[in-house]
Amino acid sequence: MRNAFAKEVTLLANQDENIILLSGDIGNKLFDELRNSHPNRFYNCGVAEANMIGVAAGLAMCGFRPICYTIAPFLTYRVIEQIRVDLCYHFLSVLLVGTGAGLAYASLGPTHHSCEEVGMLRLLPDIRIFAPADSIELRAILRYCINKAGPKYMRIGKKGEPDVHTKEIKILEEPTSFLLRQGKDVAILACGSILSECLNSAELLEKKGLQAEIWSCPCIKPLDEKLLDKVFKTFSTVVTVEEHSYLGGFGSAVAEWLCKMKIEKPKLITIGTPDEFYHEIADQHLARKNLGIDAESITSKILKNLN
Amino acid sequence: MSYNAKTPHLSSAISSVELLVAAYWNFLRINPKNFNDDLRDRFIFSKGHAAPALYVVLAKRGFFSEDLLESFGKPGGTLPEQPAPNCVPGVELATGSLGHGLPVGCGLALAAKIKGLDYFTMVLMSDGECNEGSVWEAAMFAAARELNNLIVVIDFNKWQATGRSEEIMALSPLREKWESFGWRACEVDGHNIEAITEAMHKARELSNKPFAIIAHTVKGKGISFMEDDNNWHYRIPNADEVEKARRELFQENIFV
Repeated sequence: MRNAFAKEVTLLANQDENIILLSGDIGNKLFDELRNSHPNRFYNCGVAEANMIGVAAGLAMCGFRPICYTIAPFLTYRVIEQIRVDLCYHFLSVLLVGTGAGLAYASLGPTHHSCEEVGMLRLLPDIRIFAPADSIELRAILRYCINKAGPKYMRIGKKGEPDVHTKEIKILEEPTSFLLRQGKDVAILACGSILSECLNSAELLEKKGLQAEIWSCPCIKPLDEKLLDKVFKTFSTVVTVEEHSYLGGFGSAVAEWLCKMKIEKPKLITIGTPDEFYHEIADQHLARKNLGIDAESITSKILKNLN
Repeated sequence: MSYNAKTPHLSSAISSVELLVAAYWNFLRINPKNFNDDLRDRFIFSKGHAAPALYVVLAKRGFFSEDLLESFGKPGGTLPEQPAPNCVPGVELATGSLGHGLPVGCGLALAAKIKGLDYFTMVLMSDGECNEGSVWEAAMFAAARELNNLIVVIDFNKWQATGRSEEIMALSPLREKWESFGWRACEVDGHNIEAITEAMHKARELSNKPFAIIAHTVKGKGISFMEDDNNWHYRIPNADEVEKARRELFQENIFV
């Protein structure tokens, strides 16, 4: 996903001279093309994230559309107050792109995991939050964010995430979700790159005789309320899945929405990582398995709840 | 204003007065009638807790009516205790949380470089604010990007909220710190408007480095019972004290 981001941001920067990319000393060689063709539109801000957010704010005040790019936990936890005051309080058009979100950097340990940042950011007024499932959604959301006023955060993966969509998404209207598999027994709303696990889970569920409908839901704030309205009216059970704590993220947002709606006997299952640090040495695949968000775990949680 | 609204930080505000006067009358290229001009010099008042000093200066400089000053800190008023985004013309940044002004100032100065504009960005900070790590992140960034259109003014009154700034965080040698971070730096009497003005204009001299002015100031300057007494960081004057202060300040012809 990060390669797709680098490629798309370079294309966009060629078309729009207000785009400036700030990086927190990562993306070695990733942005060489951008740097070479527009030397005054790429700045490595060093390992100094608080300053990077302030610099982005100052640039945005002068009409630029800065994008801040670094590893998700350092772009969010470390500088939550800068995001709150410099960007949200001033309603500045800055896009934050957190790479390696969730468990993408599982093997580097909890310092590099970000399974709480959506919960933190979601509380900030006026911020928009996105979690694309693959590089195709990423490109569409990036193009959308460039032209959208106000602060935005996009959590993306690292590399090697499978592309799920088969054709390019031309125009993104917000908030949007994408239907990837039709079903009648249960609706699974996948948020972010965990979508591929959900699609695998649908295959496993089918073997058990259950038809799961799969939606990719990259818009966390604001939520796609039209979709929620529809799935809760159509399905007796709705499941949310995300590579983020079950506290505070997409599933929580759906639960909050549900609380204010008058829906008879809704059944919502929120699947996310547990409320704990993950200490084992593992790659992303194993971490997902151990934390209960891989296809098998999703399948067994759904079966347990349906029976 | 502090007495009327019952707000603290009076001595911090008084500490900055001459720095603001020198900036707004003798240095900044600004037009209060066209306060959003892309070409204007930018001034960030990073020690937001001292906002009354900024408001008075902006009003006297013609950014808004002096009548508004009455509403300072009052419920439903226009002027919050610490500056809010666009609360009045002339406020460039909402401050109050320390350590934000210089990073944003770096962004404004960098924008001028990218656009090829010749405006200056000036950031006024407190010495206590130099405790914040973000200040030093920004200092390194500004030097690396050769932001010679960026000026920091430090209101160095030797106190922070609850003690001597030197004892709390080993601030000195402050000028050498900025120099070693790749800045030009000078020291000046922060209550001498002529000297401050001269220092500010030094920033225009040819150099590829940003410029720091360490302004030696006294908290509560000009009011005998307030000067260098840190109780006044939080204390709010009573009616008698306001009267006494007014007499002292008029005696010295500060109000003309």
